[in-house]
Amino acid sequence: MLDYVAPSTVEEAVRILAGAPGTAKVLSGGTDLLVQLRSGRVKPGLIVDIKKIPDISGIRERDDGFVIGAATPGAVIGECEALRRAWPGVVESANLIGSTQVQGRASLAGNLCNASPAADSVPALIAARATCVVAGPNGRREVPVESIATGPGRTSLSPGEFILEFHLPKRPPRSADAYLRFIPRTEMDIAVVGAAVSLTLDAGGVCVDARVVLGAVAPTAVVVPEAAAALVGRKLDETSLAGLDEAARRACKPIDDKRGTIEYRTKVAGVLARRTATIAYERAGNINEQASRIDGH
Amino acid sequence: MSKHHVSTVINGEPTEFLCETQLTLLDVLRDELNLTGSKEGCSSGDCGACSVTVDGRLVCSCLMLAVEAEGHKIETIEGMARGHDLHPLQRKFLEHAALQCGFCTPGLLVAAKALLDRNPNPTETEARYWLAGNLCRCTGYDKIIRAVLDSAAELRAGE
Repeated sequence: MLDYVAPSTVEEAVRILAGAPGTAKVLSGGTDLLVQLRSGRVKPGLIVDIKKIPDISGIRERDDGFVIGAATPGAVIGECEALRRAWPGVVESANLIGSTQVQGRASLAGNLCNASPAADSVPALIAARATCVVAGPNGRREVPVESIATGPGRTSLSPGEFILEFHLPKRPPRSADAYLRFIPRTEMDIAVVGAAVSLTLDAGGVCVDARVVLGAVAPTAVVVPEAAAALVGRKLDETSLAGLDEAARRACKPIDDKRGTIEYRTKVAGVLARRTATIAYERAGNINEQASRIDGH
Repeated sequence: MSKHHVSTVINGEPTEFLCETQLTLLDVLRDELNLTGSKEGCSSGDCGACSVTVDGRLVCSCLMLAVEAEGHKIETIEGMARGHDLHPLQRKFLEHAALQCGFCTPGLLVAAKALLDRNPNPTETEARYWLAGNLCRCTGYDKIIRAVLDSAAELRAGE
């Protein structure tokens, strides 16, 4: 028999999760969990709905950046103007997940803890150097987003732990990010490749900091420092783009499946990294137009 | 364990029901409350036939546990017409022949209403993206999009 509880404090949620006799599953948006329940892929004895915990849903702007509650739906993330201006790539990645209906529920914590290699928001969060606060029996710890997923469907979270919120740092001037995914159709599909780029330019348009992350080309999202290094120290030109392209392809360890062969995914990763870097570079150099550029899809 | 007691407001009516954990909101709407307008297409959030709004937010009722409805306001297709007066979207779907078998229609109407409530003047592209999670295997979508844009124009003219 499947039981359900909706604790109203973090401490209560931790206590219930840690003390559950069988498998307990954390429920935020549920857009992955309910499908897995129905198919029988997961068979928990208990569902712990975290949405009654105060501030678990919603976005707060602080002096040191943004706090996004673990269960904040994608639609709410997309409606936050300040977040769209500061982190357009993170917002567009979160908003690519599923349909309008799925956006009404799906959360960043769910996308991360479902641990699909193709999760759209994860490469963008990692490129943004986002951290997450994990609550558990031993208190709270703040860890980089890339430390959570360890393989398809697997995370580093211990029994009793769940993600409380995400932190996005404050941006230096002339900084921007972007996320692109490749799918064979225009909407409603799972990434064949995803690419996230976050960068900062100096006043002359020279890239002084970059981070490049690929999705769907390995068991987890991959940070590609060599690809970032190809961007840093130059304006965006064919030399840096070629270096980025090559480093991105070299970082790929994809699977062969119906969505794409190894060869195809590898090739697309390079192309997508180029396009994503170009968008991020334009945004960083043209900061006032960011909000309008990510209107719509 | 015992069933959960859930208090909601559905289409403006305070509504209470009992449910087991694994039942979705769609299961309860259809099988307990006899609100069978919301359809079960895929049960995996892909087809949109079960679309409802929760506190004004468009969701798939198959991707939400019924017990999660506690304390929230649900709107379904049954709340769209006012008695015998069809909502302009419903009228325009008929005028434009925007349905054949009709299975996707309640979900499309609920989703289209959620769009026009937010954006009274959507472009065709915006309407198509907004409705990308509502699958129709009969119409080819063109008549649906025309009906939605025509409804939007009528609603704007009426303001």
